[in-house]
Amino acid sequence: MKCRGLKKTYKRTGLAAVDDDSEVVAVDGLDLDVAAGECFGLLGPNGAGKTTTVEVLEGLLEPSEGDVTILGRRWAKDETYLRERIGLSLQQTFLPDKLTVVETVRLFRSFFKTGRTVEETIGLVALQEKAKAKYETLSGGQKQRLAVACALVSDPELLFLDEPTTGLDPQSRRMLWDVISKFRNEGGSVVLTTHYMDEAERLCDRVGVVDHGKMIAIGTPKELIASLGGSHIVEVQAEGEALAALLPAELLTLPSIHACKPVLGRMAFTVGELHVALPAILTAYTERKLTVKDLSTHSATLEDVFVHLTGRQLRD
Amino acid sequence: MIDAVKARLGSIWQLSMMRWRLFYREPGTMFWTFGFPMALSIVLGIAFRSQKPEPVVCGVLEGPRAVMIQELLEKSVDVRKPDVLSESASDAQLRTGKVSLVVVPTDPPTYRLDSTRPESRLAKALVDDALQRGLGRKDAFAPHSDEVTAVGSRYIDFLIPGLVGLGLMSSGLWGVGFSLAEMRTRKLLKRFVATPMKRADLLLSFLVVRAFSLIVELPPLLIFARVAFGVRMQGSIVVFALVCLVGALSFSVLGLLLSSRAENPQIVSGLINVVSFPMYLGSGVFFSTGRYPDGIRKVIDVLPLTALVDALREIMNEGTAFSPLVLRALAILVAWGVGSFLLALRLFRWR
Repeated sequence: MKCRGLKKTYKRTGLAAVDDDSEVVAVDGLDLDVAAGECFGLLGPNGAGKTTTVEVLEGLLEPSEGDVTILGRRWAKDETYLRERIGLSLQQTFLPDKLTVVETVRLFRSFFKTGRTVEETIGLVALQEKAKAKYETLSGGQKQRLAVACALVSDPELLFLDEPTTGLDPQSRRMLWDVISKFRNEGGSVVLTTHYMDEAERLCDRVGVVDHGKMIAIGTPKELIASLGGSHIVEVQAEGEALAALLPAELLTLPSIHACKPVLGRMAFTVGELHVALPAILTAYTERKLTVKDLSTHSATLEDVFVHLTGRQLRD
Repeated sequence: MIDAVKARLGSIWQLSMMRWRLFYREPGTMFWTFGFPMALSIVLGIAFRSQKPEPVVCGVLEGPRAVMIQELLEKSVDVRKPDVLSESASDAQLRTGKVSLVVVPTDPPTYRLDSTRPESRLAKALVDDALQRGLGRKDAFAPHSDEVTAVGSRYIDFLIPGLVGLGLMSSGLWGVGFSLAEMRTRKLLKRFVATPMKRADLLLSFLVVRAFSLIVELPPLLIFARVAFGVRMQGSIVVFALVCLVGALSFSVLGLLLSSRAENPQIVSGLINVVSFPMYLGSGVFFSTGRYPDGIRKVIDVLPLTALVDALREIMNEGTAFSPLVLRALAILVAWGVGSFLLALRLFRWR
């Protein structure tokens, strides 16, 4: 799957439209390549343009500019061919309340020429025990698994999942991760969006970080974390007007410190070796007569990559 | 090739089964489809049941000759024994309709009444008759009367085909229009078009299910009307069923049109009410369209519900088959259906 210079703008609607001719840019020139058999994650905060991007890739929205090729074909020419070969779940779908699991899967199976059996598909998402239960009686995690079952029933080559685990409990998330990993291990390709770091780190071969409709970083989770320069993050909160008294340029001369940046009233240090850097940081604070109120450390994650790139938290 | 046709039919079958299951698993739709028309026919059937003619009610204003007039009227079977009333009481009773007419005991008597009220005019004729005869008028002849109660001419006979038409309109507009808007809100339409499903198949399944649900929708009301009120089907049941089918499909397509843009079910509810309310009152379900002035009737006559109800009533009560009126009604219904469908094709939003 390839996409080049993808751009999607919307006309402003509502009252603002009266004296405002400008457009809202949801996706602003995005390039993306996903290889066969790869699991690619689009990571970004709400409103970053992830859903718009995925829906353009899924052929549900027309791009304003740019070019999309899926499985070597284009939506305009080969829609039927592509629809038979991709599976997807939308960010939010409410399947019919009064249909049972098996009835719903059978309905979706009937739309495709080829695919798995209904029983096999229900087995994939471990809903056998709920096969005769109506959609309205399912838990949030079971509903989401049924939505994924509807995506898998055609045995697709490429699977699009838009925030598959948002709002689910940890156990349901892990179950869905297993389903997705299994699909990938059997040779399927996956494009998913998420704003959960752990999900991206665990599932995705490569991750693209999206913000304001632009791809601001792309690579394997390891590469992205390595790009921070250090593998640990130390966050220090000091009393009073502490941040003004700290000069990042000076702090950077301390041993094993690769970067430091004020984030939400704290100073965040990207650190190589924790046992070298930590005493140095504390000494620096003491020399400046600053009382440390709070100090925490953790291994660097994709969250820190996002903070480093944008100066904002992922879930502001 | 054969496999492709089989797959397509399989898809239409599954979509139709979805519609059908959502229909019968929803308690609300069951009430509106079956319970409501029956309840309405019971209530209206009781309110407008055929009764023995009631004697007219009048009063006599107090005065020297009042008692004499009261005694003359008392002898008539058509007039209930009148009370002698004071000036203020007679005004009040006349205004509120407690009495239809007041006799002022002048010589000759004066009748006080509001001639726009049919019952007052009837009272005037009967009271006048009684007084004239009582005071010595000789009748030219004594007529015989031949009393009949014609089945097919009662209010309940008029009402039942109207309720059938009304039911077809509601089920079509709500069953299709509301359901489609709900599917759009729930992103289900979008989910469906993200599969290779043929869009026509989904719309077709709605029509197929509407057509088949007539089989369970119509008999209960017709059988109930027959058993409870003796309402008979005078004409061909086959032609009646055909007109019902065309009407049901026509209203379904109108429902499709109303739902084609709506973002949510509330908007469709509003649209359906706007469209159906004028027909509810205007199309002759509860009373004849003859009560409206000619100019308005020209519009009313081409409304789909008017056409449907007129045709059903003629088949059921007059026993006709493909009379000119029925053919004209079918043409109007088909025109509404085809017109709505073409417009809906242009307007319908899938996402």
